[in-house]
Amino acid sequence: MSAIAFFGAVELGLVYAFVGLGVYLSFRILDFPDLTVDGSFPLGAAVSAVAIVGGVDPWLATLAAILAGACAGLVTAVLNVRFGILHLLASILTMIALFSINLRIMGRPNVPLLNQETIITPFYDLGMASYLVRPLFLAVLVALVVIALAWFLATDFGLAMRATGANQRMARAQGIPTALYIYVGMALSNGLAALAGSLFAQTNGFADVTSGVGTIVVGLAAVIVGETLFRSRHLWVLLIGVVAGSILYRIAIQLALSFDAIGLEPSDLNLATAVLVALALILPRLGKSGARA
Amino acid sequence: MIRVEGLTVTFARGTPLEKTALSGIDLSVAAGEFVSIIGSNGAGKSTLLSALAGDFPPTSGRIEIDGMDVGRQSTARRSARVARVFQDPLAGSCGALTIEENLALAAARGRTRGFGTALRPSRRATFVNRLAALGLGLEGRLSDRMALLSGGQRQAIALVMATLAPSSVLLLDEHTAALDPGMAEFVADLTRRTVEEKGLTTLMVTHSMRQALELGTRTIMLHEGRIVLDVGGVERSTLTVEDLVRMFRRQRGVDLDDDELLIG
Repeated sequence: MSAIAFFGAVELGLVYAFVGLGVYLSFRILDFPDLTVDGSFPLGAAVSAVAIVGGVDPWLATLAAILAGACAGLVTAVLNVRFGILHLLASILTMIALFSINLRIMGRPNVPLLNQETIITPFYDLGMASYLVRPLFLAVLVALVVIALAWFLATDFGLAMRATGANQRMARAQGIPTALYIYVGMALSNGLAALAGSLFAQTNGFADVTSGVGTIVVGLAAVIVGETLFRSRHLWVLLIGVVAGSILYRIAIQLALSFDAIGLEPSDLNLATAVLVALALILPRLGKSGARA
Repeated sequence: MIRVEGLTVTFARGTPLEKTALSGIDLSVAAGEFVSIIGSNGAGKSTLLSALAGDFPPTSGRIEIDGMDVGRQSTARRSARVARVFQDPLAGSCGALTIEENLALAAARGRTRGFGTALRPSRRATFVNRLAALGLGLEGRLSDRMALLSGGQRQAIALVMATLAPSSVLLLDEHTAALDPGMAEFVADLTRRTVEEKGLTTLMVTHSMRQALELGTRTIMLHEGRIVLDVGGVERSTLTVEDLVRMFRRQRGVDLDDDELLIG
């Protein structure tokens, strides 16, 4: 694997680390299996791409993407909490709806961002190779988000959100309005997925309506690989684990694809991902019976 | 302190499964009173506690706590006035969170949860003091996950959690029933001490006639959603378990088939 391919994998891993952190919030903190991210990832890409092409400041465009993703998460949460639709189904409904919405936003399946001013453009002038600038820039952003999340989850508000996911009955008895916390958590989770989509569009130079397929599995892969490698009681270690999991997953995929002997093609990516996630789930069980999923 | 008027709770209204769990309960509990509640299965004991806690709104009737009509308030809103310990030791705390995190959740009950650090030093100091008072050695295990503790230890902590933040009313729903005899005794004793120390207005559902008389200052018996016995003061102090069982039998008009009542 060449250095460029390696840093490319790291870059992609860092982009999807935001998805991983979002999925960690929904799946692990709130215990809410949420497939909305397959729609909110391209939603973030679509919103920021269209805004940037329209001349909006790229940072504002990124913020708009996050807010759009948060709204998508809120829709899923309301369908589930307010109207009692099963969480998986509620999230699939939102995801399907977002496919049409994303096409509406972009007006076509693909919006190129070549030669547009993005949030990374100014950093290309620093004189470093562009394949290094992107991962460095993303690493700083990821670090900021990890610090913010670790702080958030240790506050009274964050702790109440963790209790909501762990034991709703107890949470209510302790005065926690669980619906509110599910709304906020799902908005945060999908806001992060949309941020990932926005960064994907800006680092790769295009937004595509199909780019969301399998986002949830990639996010889950990050969470599961991270949890397998970083066993800890401390939440901030687990959050770093998710980021590391996302990067390692990308490197593993890149390695698999670069071995000609295996004969894998880029189109085999989803198959490789599914196998990797399944293995990460099965292997700990083989070692110890009674391990959790 | 607590004022219940004509409280009726009907589940599955208008369906063939319609069940009236409480029919026209009138109950007034003064501040500092400790009421034990007995009755056979399905008498409405737990439903009464759940109605007071706010798990469902009354079908009709009124619930007042601290002179405030709370009948339509959600469980979460009401928790500022109502603390609660469940029968299931797993229900009252989060196994996935640490002991101190569970305690921090309870310490913020009834307050707006903001963005201050949940495990601040002042709170930790309180936690250590309260846990040390239990004498179970838990004060040295603050950062252990709750899931590592036994049912009895969890229930003892649940009792601490119920009294960390101020409340008007303490509801105990057969909170010793799922424990082994030794631990049940310990938690019962802890309950007595805690309620006395804090002068809490308490309602305790129990299956054990002995516990109903040993703990508390007043005993009521429910049967088919109504209060059929309400004793306190001198009358109660002369009451024996056998008396209570006899009254219970008379109410049901059948032989006791619930051995637990006699054994307990």
